[in-house]
Amino acid sequence: MNARPSFLLDGDEVPFEPGQTVMQAALAAGRYIPHLCYHPEFTPHGSCKLCTARINGRLMAACTTPAETATEVASETEELNDLRRTLVQMLFAEGNHFCPSCEKSGNCVLQALGYDLGVMTAGFRHFFPDRPVDATHPEILLDFNRCILCELCVRAAREVDGKHVFSLAGRGLGKHLIVNAESGRLADTDVKVTDKAVEVCPVGVILRKRVGFATPIGARRYDKSPISAQALADAPRPLERNRE
Amino acid sequence: MASLARHGALYPGRTSSPPGRSHIVTQPDTPDELEPSVRRIISRWGHDPGALVQVLREVQEECGYLPGPALTLVARLLRIPFSRAKGVASFYSFLSDEPLGAYRVLFSDNITDRMAGSEPLLQAMCYRLWAEPGKVSADGLVSVARTSCTGMCDQGPALLVNGRAITSLTSERVERLCDLILARTPVAEWPAEFFAVHDNVRRADILLGHTQQPGDAIRAALQRGAAGWSEHAANERSWREAYVGAAQGPIATLEEIKRSNLRGRGGAGFTTGIKWEACRQATGLTRYVVCNADEGEPGTFKDRVLLTSHADLVFDGMTVAAYAIGASLGFLYLRGEYRYLLEPLEATLQRRRAANLLGNGICGQPGFDFDIRIHVGAGSYVCGEESALIESLEGKRGVPRNRPPYPVTNGYKQQPTIVNNVETLCAAALIAVRGGDWYRSLGTLKSSGTKILSVAGDVARPGLYEYPFGVTLRQVLEDCGAADTQAIQISGPSGVCVDATEFGRRIAFEDLPTAGAFTVFDASRDMFDVARNYAQFFAHESCGFCTPCRVGTSMLVASMDKIHAGNGTQHDVGEIDRLNKVLLMSAHCGLGHTACNPILDTLKRFRPAYERKLRSLDFAPAFDLDGALHRARKMTGRDDADAHLEAQP
Repeated sequence: MNARPSFLLDGDEVPFEPGQTVMQAALAAGRYIPHLCYHPEFTPHGSCKLCTARINGRLMAACTTPAETATEVASETEELNDLRRTLVQMLFAEGNHFCPSCEKSGNCVLQALGYDLGVMTAGFRHFFPDRPVDATHPEILLDFNRCILCELCVRAAREVDGKHVFSLAGRGLGKHLIVNAESGRLADTDVKVTDKAVEVCPVGVILRKRVGFATPIGARRYDKSPISAQALADAPRPLERNRE
Repeated sequence: MASLARHGALYPGRTSSPPGRSHIVTQPDTPDELEPSVRRIISRWGHDPGALVQVLREVQEECGYLPGPALTLVARLLRIPFSRAKGVASFYSFLSDEPLGAYRVLFSDNITDRMAGSEPLLQAMCYRLWAEPGKVSADGLVSVARTSCTGMCDQGPALLVNGRAITSLTSERVERLCDLILARTPVAEWPAEFFAVHDNVRRADILLGHTQQPGDAIRAALQRGAAGWSEHAANERSWREAYVGAAQGPIATLEEIKRSNLRGRGGAGFTTGIKWEACRQATGLTRYVVCNADEGEPGTFKDRVLLTSHADLVFDGMTVAAYAIGASLGFLYLRGEYRYLLEPLEATLQRRRAANLLGNGICGQPGFDFDIRIHVGAGSYVCGEESALIESLEGKRGVPRNRPPYPVTNGYKQQPTIVNNVETLCAAALIAVRGGDWYRSLGTLKSSGTKILSVAGDVARPGLYEYPFGVTLRQVLEDCGAADTQAIQISGPSGVCVDATEFGRRIAFEDLPTAGAFTVFDASRDMFDVARNYAQFFAHESCGFCTPCRVGTSMLVASMDKIHAGNGTQHDVGEIDRLNKVLLMSAHCGLGHTACNPILDTLKRFRPAYERKLRSLDFAPAFDLDGALHRARKMTGRDDADAHLEAQP
């Protein structure tokens, strides 16, 4: 079956199935491209720009660019990892992230990317925005301080839960997450603690109450292996399944 | 009396009490009171969730702002989630989900307005009306704030009051405005001379000087096909094109547009004929023509004049485009700042329907059905980007789409759509009559035809200047009466800034492409201030979708502010360089890619303007210990020496 189409990722051949994006094909082939707002279960939209790669020389988001034959993709380059480090620094500067006291520490994608990419300094002056928390719901806490506006909860609610619990409001630096209630309180929405949207937050915005620190720091997801390895372990592998 | 203390602190030395505090002008309506008007608006828009932006705009025009209960009602009646209504309402800067003053004054904050003295006028108005910029006055009477360029740069400073444009502001005019506001005279009853907007056409060529009558272009396009067999218009082509020659009319028109080598006038310069052809050939259930009149680039105002005085030519161009690609519906996306043009434009459309220039069987051609709807924007520069514009047309937040696919295949409602600039469509209407070869004979090799420049800034005669492509900057400067010119910003903040060594360059796609803005700065201007104004503009207009633009544009402003405040160092210039690189590499759309242009250009050409402001240190903290007490001083109304920290040695 040599007819399977493929493209070059950092010099190596990566096969793909028609309809796959560069990101999907890379992950399926066991190749990691750093990413944040991409999640295999939801429609990619390309907002965080961490997966920016040079695709035939042009800078494109790997998660939204369809895979095509005869393309050369460069991802593991100093230029691009430099960009990614800066983007992670920008996200840290935009919100209020205090890793040592955060329940998500060790399970946090932003933190894990920082470690994995080698972000050693703050890099920018932080904005210290004023973002009140929403503790109205009996089972779920919303701490907007950590929101990176990846829209994973928005997409999970819409595409998996069939609800519109989360949405975005405002624009520019004033863009923020809102819930689907005139009161603005999570308690007044139809959210359920079992919703996909509650589970999917990559940072510590959407937290289940009363289970904090159940897993001690040091024994958490990214404490065991870096995100580049975890992402590959999680990636769906349609190609391998087909082979079996 | 917290508000009194605030005013006292703002204006020490004032002793009189704020005016009219007993008269509360706006009171949030109860849901029951809102319901009839909201229902009426929504049924007029056919309960179409795609009309959300229009519905919200009209509800706000009735209610003054968009209170939560009104959003809930809109969401319920349109059968959309509340959060979507809220998300859209909070995206557009003219929509507000918080109470506004009964009079909402928005000062245009383009650099040309500032150069003409808008800031002191704003301060004077705030002083007189007991208001603080960006806030509603304590009595609810007025809110005074700044907004992005309102497209009146040739007659600035300008402002919008309850959506109506007022230009040529002077202290005396502002005083009279304040009188009217304090007397609570409804804006509709203000003297008409306040709302006068002049065309200021200084140099007319084939477009501004055209003599075509309404419908001439359409009849010419139909005529062009008569040589072949043109019984059937494009709209019915899906089955009729099986007959050889059936679509000769539309194709003959398309060929003329291609032959003319007309390129888009919005700045990017994509070849119009190729765009139309791609749309015509794309598979879809239907096709759409969109006229992009979201003229948001600071410094440009040509579309305002075209829509004021040449609306029929614009609509002719849209109709010719519809004929060529096979569309039966078109949209004019009118920027919110030009809301005052809505009624005259609707009247023009009505007149054209009566004259059979719109509707079914246009000009007696069976099957040639086309109509135009006007969509009024609500304050968002990024909606000038064609895919964001389409999102907005669909009643969503104006966030640019991922491309490909492009609008020519997947546009409005995922159907093939062309989005063309107002000036492009006007040129198409001229070409329909006089042919592609004629048009191509004007201008330069790669830039056929003429270009309208919106000239403003330090010139004696600001206004519109239409030239064949290839005109030198020096020629334009001479014609508009510019003296001692230091720099010109071509095509607005997203364009390029050129200095005196480059005035021999030409306006053309080969050299300096432009969407039309031509802002002139004389030697007295500080180019750092210009760049800072533009940086603020981009941060204000970023849609916030992608990380680099959402965060980066605000970081650029912070760095520029730090330099402006006298705390800048080489380190900050380095940080600007770093942010520029991130924006260029990874921003989602053109706004982010070009957001750093003004700073890059001025750094390159006017570096001393920056370095003058830098401290000669490697690093200086942005945090100013004494500055941090500013709020405390304001709250206590003190500004004496003891309220300040000792100056650091």
